[in-house]
Amino acid sequence: MLAPVLHVLPLTTIVRERLLPVLGKVNARVNQRVNPTDIVAEANFAREHVLLDVARTFGISAVAADKLIRVKEGDRLTEGALVAEKSGLFGRSVKAPRAGRVMVAGGGQVLMEVGDTRVELRAGLPGMVTQVIAERGVVIRTSGALVQGVWGNGRIDNGLMVSLLEKPDDILTADRLDVSLRGSVILGGHVRDVETLRVAAELPIRGLVISSLLSSLIIPAYQMRYPILVLDGFGALPMNSAAFKLLTTSNKREATVNAEHFDRYSSNRPEVIIPLPVSTEPEEPNSYEAFAVGQTVRMRRPPHAGAIGSISNVHPGLSSLPSGLRARAADVKLENGETVLVPLVNLEVVG
Amino acid sequence: MPASLVQNESILAIDVGATVTRAVMFDVVEGQYRFIASGESPSTAEAPFRDIGIGVREAIINLQNIIGATLLGTQDNNLIAPSQPDGSGVDAVVATVSAGPTVKTVVVGLLSDVSVQSARRLAESTYSRVVETLDLSDHRRPDQQMDSIVRSRPDLVVLAGGTDGGASRSIQKMLEAVGLACYLMPLEKRPMVLYAGNQKLASEVQEMLGGHAGKLQISYNIRPSLEVEDLAPASYELASLVMKLRQRQIKGIDELNLWSAGIVLPTAYARGRMIRFLSKLYDSTRGLLSVNVGASATSIAAGFAGELTLGVYPQFGLGENLAGILQYTEVEDIMRWLQLDISPNTLREYLFQKSLYPSAIPATMDEQAITQAIARQALYLSVRTAQKDFPANARAMRTGLMPPLDLIIGGGGAVSDGTSLGQSLLLLLDGIQPVGILPILLDQNNLLPLLGAASSRNHYLPVQVIESGAFIGLGTVVSVIASASYGDQVLRARLTYSDGTEARAEVKFGGLEILPLPTGESARLSLQPLRRADAGLGPGKSGSVTVTGGALGVVIDARGRPLQLPSDPVRRRELIKKWYYTVGG
Repeated sequence: MLAPVLHVLPLTTIVRERLLPVLGKVNARVNQRVNPTDIVAEANFAREHVLLDVARTFGISAVAADKLIRVKEGDRLTEGALVAEKSGLFGRSVKAPRAGRVMVAGGGQVLMEVGDTRVELRAGLPGMVTQVIAERGVVIRTSGALVQGVWGNGRIDNGLMVSLLEKPDDILTADRLDVSLRGSVILGGHVRDVETLRVAAELPIRGLVISSLLSSLIIPAYQMRYPILVLDGFGALPMNSAAFKLLTTSNKREATVNAEHFDRYSSNRPEVIIPLPVSTEPEEPNSYEAFAVGQTVRMRRPPHAGAIGSISNVHPGLSSLPSGLRARAADVKLENGETVLVPLVNLEVVG
Repeated sequence: MPASLVQNESILAIDVGATVTRAVMFDVVEGQYRFIASGESPSTAEAPFRDIGIGVREAIINLQNIIGATLLGTQDNNLIAPSQPDGSGVDAVVATVSAGPTVKTVVVGLLSDVSVQSARRLAESTYSRVVETLDLSDHRRPDQQMDSIVRSRPDLVVLAGGTDGGASRSIQKMLEAVGLACYLMPLEKRPMVLYAGNQKLASEVQEMLGGHAGKLQISYNIRPSLEVEDLAPASYELASLVMKLRQRQIKGIDELNLWSAGIVLPTAYARGRMIRFLSKLYDSTRGLLSVNVGASATSIAAGFAGELTLGVYPQFGLGENLAGILQYTEVEDIMRWLQLDISPNTLREYLFQKSLYPSAIPATMDEQAITQAIARQALYLSVRTAQKDFPANARAMRTGLMPPLDLIIGGGGAVSDGTSLGQSLLLLLDGIQPVGILPILLDQNNLLPLLGAASSRNHYLPVQVIESGAFIGLGTVVSVIASASYGDQVLRARLTYSDGTEARAEVKFGGLEILPLPTGESARLSLQPLRRADAGLGPGKSGSVTVTGGALGVVIDARGRPLQLPSDPVRRRELIKKWYYTVGG
């Protein structure tokens, strides 16, 4: 049976697409080295549109109105600019209600986009641009440590990572956050109150990597302007030992926290990347493998949720579980020496 | 059935679910179609696999191991079709798909209580979530409506409105908003559009939207007149559009299409087709109900005299949308079904954590109990939502009750993965709360939608497979409605077996009683209600009926309708444990 792989890797090659949400202009070129804060692409997009019904305003047919329209697709208009004009004794005009750009004109109507918003896409991680995706963004390749999580608040930033974590089940509280942490990426444990998130925002910090979050804090977490990456899930869960070991030993290193949403139908997954210099580029990791004896695995569900172990036996056929269900299962030797029977669908390979 | 009516072709039916992919073999045995075996594998639509073909092949390999025949070529790993003289391969393939993200849908109509309601019902017959609604009562400017559509990033727009030959100008305005919104979206993200309104405007719709929609489908009007609603033709077009959307979203659908010569249907649609067919075939005087509690959605299909009500509710699915159930129900409403003493916060965190891993299964008894409690509430909510759309001739005898039914078929992971058949039955009884006397079947292998898909190729196969006993008979249920206190005697029941022996039960209000009757046997059940209780024959009416057996036999459910659970949590948990014990734990 095939196994999904959770990446917790001290050194690997990381290839990531960075794409604009709308079409725009790509500033970077192939083989260009980029820093996390470099703007690799940018776009202007309108959040609103205005439909000017010239035909209705003038009380004429669409064909007649088209002849009176003075603007064409692509024209940039200032507020009050003339859009259409009807001459005569009681001449009337249609003017642009706001500054904007004409998207389409015809059928007696003019559609304008207004309220331009500028979007700047930052590289997010240091590395080499290996591909330019026209009008959308770039592919960046780098080497370093990679730790994937399960939930993110949709933001990305980078900074020096400072660990406040002493043991995997630590709780991060507001009183542990002081001004010395300003501009850092903080590595913490379980967060259970909104005050911790608020104090972190006030410092401000550049990112928060935590083991777990109370589900009641999901909405406030979305409101924070810094990235929040949850590694193990919701409720009071300790950090899995593989991530704990790797991240606590990377204290004071530059880290990128990409807390993008976990999209099950794309490759997007929240993660922390710690870039590292290499002389020889390591191989890219597999995203899935077949379950096999000797693999390091993480348990996804109770009673050992988040625990790391090693597969000692993959049972042939179906096994009876303590729940009463029957499923493909493996014996997993936990780090405390205990061996437990776990359904394969509740496991992910760590690697 | 004459042998000439059997086409004698083997059919491989593939169901790609959100978490499990099944490969099922139907073949002819002694002149009749039979369900041969089923192979399963975890589904691979999601990352990191992102190709349903991987899970499909794994499921077929598992099926091969069970039936001992080769279906995939050893060299190219491709399906062998048609079947070969050496016994390898299959003659035909059909497929159903429920995997995929929820279809974000914009519903557009004229009158909020007429065409918009019909369009909403149509949208709810597939895996959709309505993210925006436009109608005549919407006083936003056209550009604001258009921006609202763009912001909601729909996958699908369902347009209705205007009786045939009726209103057209108002619809044209709506069409403009939809057309411009499509125009503003990136090409690869433009929504599929289904138009099912005034037929007079069909060519205009084609002209206005044809060039801008991801794909435009024009169907018959779902409200040809104010009094008539006809969703059937449009629901077929909708199923076809949804599969085109899935082709865009999920790798591997193209290959399934190729294997099956285009017979790939949304699972819920195929299940609905089968229920409508069975409702007609068995001339059901009351109704047939199919419920499926799955990862992608909980779906309800009810057939009343050949008329189908199909409701697909991704918001009550037990997969990635699981935590979203809290937008529709309180944690306490789920906890009422639990025999465990856990805190509401523990359950809330469980819902969010489980939604991260939809394919994971309960490994402990406690987790199984929590999963079953959530499934009960999801089923309860889904049935009540669907019931609002049941036809007028399917009315309950009292508000808050289900209409009388002839048969219930239950399925889906949470129902069929009960650790015992008794658990499965109790989940169905609690979630549906049927009234009257009726048999309940368990579709353990999720065959119903596959039979619905197979009916596109072969009309005899579904009937022959069902009549061969492919579903598990859980038993005949007698539900007692009474105004009584807990412990009051409400019914005397006597079951007379074919050999003349008898089993009796003195049924008390609040309890469950079981009279054994093995699968395949029938017996005469005499019922004598007390305190004007209604045991399916009318208030206070005595009588006898012939009942069929099942895994549990005859189950008399005197827990009341609607089911009243004690408010005291300790007493409630004790009662739930007792009911579990009664049905075999």
